[in-house]
Amino acid sequence: MKRVVITGAGTVNALAHDVVGTLAAFREGRCGIGELDIRDKDRLTIRIGGQVKQWDAETHFNRQQIVLYDKFTQFTLIAAREAVAQSGLNFDGHLGYEAGVVLGTAAGGVNTWDENYRTVYEEGKNRVHPFVVPKLMNNAAASHLSMEFNLKGPSFTVATACASSNHAMGQAFHMVRSGMSRAMLAGGSESMLCFGGIKAWEGLRVMSRDACRPFSLNRNGMVQGEGAAVFVFEELEHAKKRGADILAEIVGFAMTSDASDIVMPSKQGAARAIAGALRDGHLNPEDVCYINAHGTGTAANDKTECAAVADVFGQHADRLMISSTKSMHGHLIGGTGAVELLACIMALRDGVIAPTIGYEEPDPECALDVVPNVAREARVDVALSNAFAFGGLNAVLALRRYGSAAHPK
Amino acid sequence: MPDAIAEKVRAIIADQAVLDVADVTMDSTLESLGIDSLGLVESIFAIEEAFDISVPFNANDPSSRDFDISSVAAIVRAVEGLVAEAKV
Repeated sequence: MKRVVITGAGTVNALAHDVVGTLAAFREGRCGIGELDIRDKDRLTIRIGGQVKQWDAETHFNRQQIVLYDKFTQFTLIAAREAVAQSGLNFDGHLGYEAGVVLGTAAGGVNTWDENYRTVYEEGKNRVHPFVVPKLMNNAAASHLSMEFNLKGPSFTVATACASSNHAMGQAFHMVRSGMSRAMLAGGSESMLCFGGIKAWEGLRVMSRDACRPFSLNRNGMVQGEGAAVFVFEELEHAKKRGADILAEIVGFAMTSDASDIVMPSKQGAARAIAGALRDGHLNPEDVCYINAHGTGTAANDKTECAAVADVFGQHADRLMISSTKSMHGHLIGGTGAVELLACIMALRDGVIAPTIGYEEPDPECALDVVPNVAREARVDVALSNAFAFGGLNAVLALRRYGSAAHPK
Repeated sequence: MPDAIAEKVRAIIADQAVLDVADVTMDSTLESLGIDSLGLVESIFAIEEAFDISVPFNANDPSSRDFDISSVAAIVRAVEGLVAEAKV
């Protein structure tokens, strides 16, 4: 078994178009959620979201690229360029054969579907652009990363709704740990802030019209976001040999299925995933200082998640910190776990815990230290990142501060 | 028209619960009829479509006074109010 470390990170989301800006927003507890700027907004009842602002595709891509890149692919490419540049890796030679890419997305090119359905249904045209299919397919982003960086090893896309990114990063982790790959790009992306994308979510009646307030008694639903985050996962010895800067070590991963309900969460399923990640990482519950929560801001998720954490950690649940950064960047659905992993890296590397903003009233059913509203300094050796998806599919990652004393049992 | 509204709401709820309309009485609760949270969201959708109204219901706060779902009678009253508002 190889040890696996993160040597590069990149992101585009509502808070910033890079990691430095995103972490600064986390520290300041800044909110990236606001009034949506999309076509036909007046026909929506939900009009807020964590939208990527000042996005100008033409500054990053040429015309030939833009006709092939849906926004979810654009976000992924920019995030990946940042991550690969930070890692210092070059995949052009033999390393390209030993490296691949696994990404998560729930719905792929939703904007492309939306725009082209308008063309044929609303405008009544009988012809669409020839590249609609390669633009909207869920694996488009993974394939374009493989082409841009010469990644010739195992590459694919995972779709498990809100857990897609965590499942993707878990697969990439396993591939490097088992020796199947030397390095992997991993993460996820989502971009469904368009009329059809939001209209579909409105139907479930779980969306908030004003704010995402995870764990707060007066929370009234989730708020959608968009964007991407991509990481470079690398075998520790390979990273050490080339003197790479190590951001964190990935030590454990587990996935479970509730096998019970298509939308309601399950405490048992979540708890089994959390406990599984600890077991996989040879960690004691007491080692965990911080959990980046799934924390969607819905009534059902937040109380179920807190109950699951209480079950797994017992008395230690009252000593650890758990926060939801969805309050700042919104719920990136299939891309959310990737952006949230940045909060775990910040906790481990910088000793700063991102807050849960918008927190107004304690909820007795969420009676944990949710780091309300203000970031906190703390030494963190081990952090977890939770993701619990519609469909009852759960995925939890465990990370350790590189060089920390919390060694495997 | 109020009776017609009550009949239609009962029919929608009966359809959701897979019951005979006669089994859906005004004092029935959704729980007693075996309608879960997904069934509730679907019923509200059917009510909106049937009456061409918009129902202010958020699944995160089902007990909200914006739209009382504590019994069939309460739902009928709430729908009557929304239909009356829509006519203004």
